[in-house]
Amino acid sequence: MSLTDKDLMAALAVTRFGLGARPGDIATAAHDPRGSLIDQIDGRGADQPQDRPETAAQRFVAMRAYQALRREARDDGEPRTVAVQQANRVLRDKAAADFLARARLGAGTADGFRERWALFWANHFTVSSTKEITAAMVGPFEQEVIRPYAFGRFEDLLVAASTHPAMLTYLDQAQSVGPNSALGDRNSRRGLNENLAREILELHTLGIEAGYSQADVTELARALTGFSIGREDDARAGQFVFRENIHEPGARAVLGKTYKAGDLGQGLAILKALAAHPATARHLAFKIARHFVADDPPPSLVARLEASFRDSGGRLDRVARTLIEAPEAWDPAASKFKTPYEFLISAWRLIGAQPSAFERITLPLISLGQRGFSAPSPKGWSDMAGEWCSPDGLVKRLQWSQAFAEVIAERMDPSVAAQNALGARLSVPTAQAVARAETRSEAFALLLMSPEFQRR
Amino acid sequence: MTAHPMINRRQALAAAAGLGLSVTFLGRPALADRDSALDRRKLVVVICRGGMDGLSVSPPVGDPHYQTLRRDLAIRKEDGLKLDGTFALHPALTAVHALALQGQARIAPAVASPDRARSHFEAQDVLESGSAQVYATTSGWLNRALETFPASGKAGGLSVGATTPLILRGKVQAASWSPGRSVEDSPRLPGLLQDLYRNDPLMGPALARGLETEAMAQTALGALSPAGGMMAPAPGRGGREGREAARKLGATLAGFLVQEGGPRIAALSLDGWDTHAGQNGQIATRLAYLDSVLAGLNTGLGAEWQNTVVLTVTEFGRTARANGTGGTDHGTASTALLLGGALKPGGIIGDWPGLAPTALFENRDLAPTLDLRGLFKGLLGDHLGLDRAALESRVFPGSPEARAVTGLV
Repeated sequence: MSLTDKDLMAALAVTRFGLGARPGDIATAAHDPRGSLIDQIDGRGADQPQDRPETAAQRFVAMRAYQALRREARDDGEPRTVAVQQANRVLRDKAAADFLARARLGAGTADGFRERWALFWANHFTVSSTKEITAAMVGPFEQEVIRPYAFGRFEDLLVAASTHPAMLTYLDQAQSVGPNSALGDRNSRRGLNENLAREILELHTLGIEAGYSQADVTELARALTGFSIGREDDARAGQFVFRENIHEPGARAVLGKTYKAGDLGQGLAILKALAAHPATARHLAFKIARHFVADDPPPSLVARLEASFRDSGGRLDRVARTLIEAPEAWDPAASKFKTPYEFLISAWRLIGAQPSAFERITLPLISLGQRGFSAPSPKGWSDMAGEWCSPDGLVKRLQWSQAFAEVIAERMDPSVAAQNALGARLSVPTAQAVARAETRSEAFALLLMSPEFQRR
Repeated sequence: MTAHPMINRRQALAAAAGLGLSVTFLGRPALADRDSALDRRKLVVVICRGGMDGLSVSPPVGDPHYQTLRRDLAIRKEDGLKLDGTFALHPALTAVHALALQGQARIAPAVASPDRARSHFEAQDVLESGSAQVYATTSGWLNRALETFPASGKAGGLSVGATTPLILRGKVQAASWSPGRSVEDSPRLPGLLQDLYRNDPLMGPALARGLETEAMAQTALGALSPAGGMMAPAPGRGGREGREAARKLGATLAGFLVQEGGPRIAALSLDGWDTHAGQNGQIATRLAYLDSVLAGLNTGLGAEWQNTVVLTVTEFGRTARANGTGGTDHGTASTALLLGGALKPGGIIGDWPGLAPTALFENRDLAPTLDLRGLFKGLLGDHLGLDRAALESRVFPGSPEARAVTGLV
């Protein structure tokens, strides 16, 4: 490999696989671009943000207490009491702190690939604060489910996600009742909810192309009844509990395979079978390739990842390594358009800083259409250039870039910054435009908005 | 971060000039003799994402099976806003109901796309691509409709929101806009960027369109209030605040449509219709929000309402029966709302299959009697004047079974 190739690979390692270059990152990676990424694969999981997180269970209990307080205040005819507003603010501030801590980790980490890999799985197993009770638990969900299992076995990640209170509330599983269960018999108004079951099949494992049926959805929903959350006054308040009295009794048939009756074990057995299903390997391989490499990824890359997933029994550390080693992943043509979050984090990395306040990161994300922890649906945020490179999206990026450029203009030389940020990916026209700019802030705005900085 | 002064007309012109753009879009007086009646016609498509429950939008309170099927989710006959002997509108849809009484709003109570997988994402793809098969094409049917218009500023498409929905993606660069601050006073920068984007098929056209639209937005917002400001819409919020934001969103969209050279086709997405649990409260909030958006559009369009059709659609309806958690799961047919001064008065559009257990699709969902593409074809043909051959061959290829619903305008 020639030196030039290595320089280009170093730039790709930091920008395409990671979250953008901090000053010096590309130079550091240049010794061994591939190795610098492989070294980031860690069986212990992805890094945890540096704050003092509460558990999801604590947040669940706090949210229930807040909701009760609010109900009482409403009943008293004074819905906006100081106590209600305070409780609301505390919960909001905690969720904001979670998000800020995550953004600061992204902006500051030396291991950008490890963080990107975790973010990919957080988006795959989307839980969103579009639902109030879930809102307080999105941060803990990432810390308790996504990060620990990010380089482990997919099966473990799937089970952890499907039994976490954030997922159980987001997709309504906690209240789903087997019609023929002990409780279902007594109270015919309560019954099945198939939301989680459907999204597990469609989004989390097989993918819609796998061709499962409505009957499979319903059967999985029946098997999952009982997956619930401990009530406020329970010993396991806010934690996963299996409620036998709402579990639909009997054997279940999913995708032509029968699972014998048996409480929690039945649902877990089906989840394990889904994790090991060939369609799941295909679905995830495609999604990983699309996320890291191209909107329309090379079929050969998808095939490599699929084989790696299948042959390793769904070991995500192996799949990550396959991605890094795949020649297709190093195509110099940058076809991925950064999402707003990736763009903003990479801008902070460009100046070697981290957002200091929640507002610094959340206001631009709202205006760019990617409010933190708030994906619009269980499918998560889109990965496609066509979605983000919209006229309004670009105008909003330009507005933000101008404001950001003004603030950072005096920090460093724009041409040096361009070289630091893009290395061998920096194009001649962009380098010239930056060098010829009238002011330093204009130069930085041009750099931030350049085609190669907007892509990875 | 520094505060941003609003862009002014001079700056917008300078920015546009730097991009080599025509300045006609900035509000030059109309050339009246070139305006045909057809050129003034506008189509707004509101996409309700998440699977909107049609049986709540237009409850068939006169259907003998409705109350027993829906139980706690049923709207009482006396609470519904009456349309005819069978149908009412949800109590939150007061503005829509007022228009219906004037013959300017109609329902199609049992429509569906050709997709039957009950997946949000697959169904949205089919709804917006206009294809019979999922992921068959990467362009949207509104964009392909735009392709058939002569290349002029009048034919533009606009989406409201930070991202462009599939329905408007394709060969024609549609505009997009969302509330926010304006471009900094720096007419140089857009020009310099356009140089950098010269060979970039994605970013070049998108930025050019975005800056054009930003200039139009100033006009649209200026018409709303002297300050020109607008709060960001808060779709999740109920109450007066949420409704007011919704009304402004509708009025701002109208502000784009009424401008000379403004878009003739617009799309707007409203999230939050996936009501698996606790549906009653959620759907009342969402419908109040939708009603306010539509009311804002109606008043904002003023005289242009006469030239407009607004179509509200969703990717699928929900189960006919309530599920076990006070909500409904993914189903099949749902209600489409049609509004506008251009609309002909009339009864329901399409047949009503009824809610008898034997009439339900797979013993679970409201059965579709009308293909959504038929509605789309009818409106594009009769309202916007697309010729039939183009509709069948380019906009909705492979859709002979979805016959155009004619006579709506």
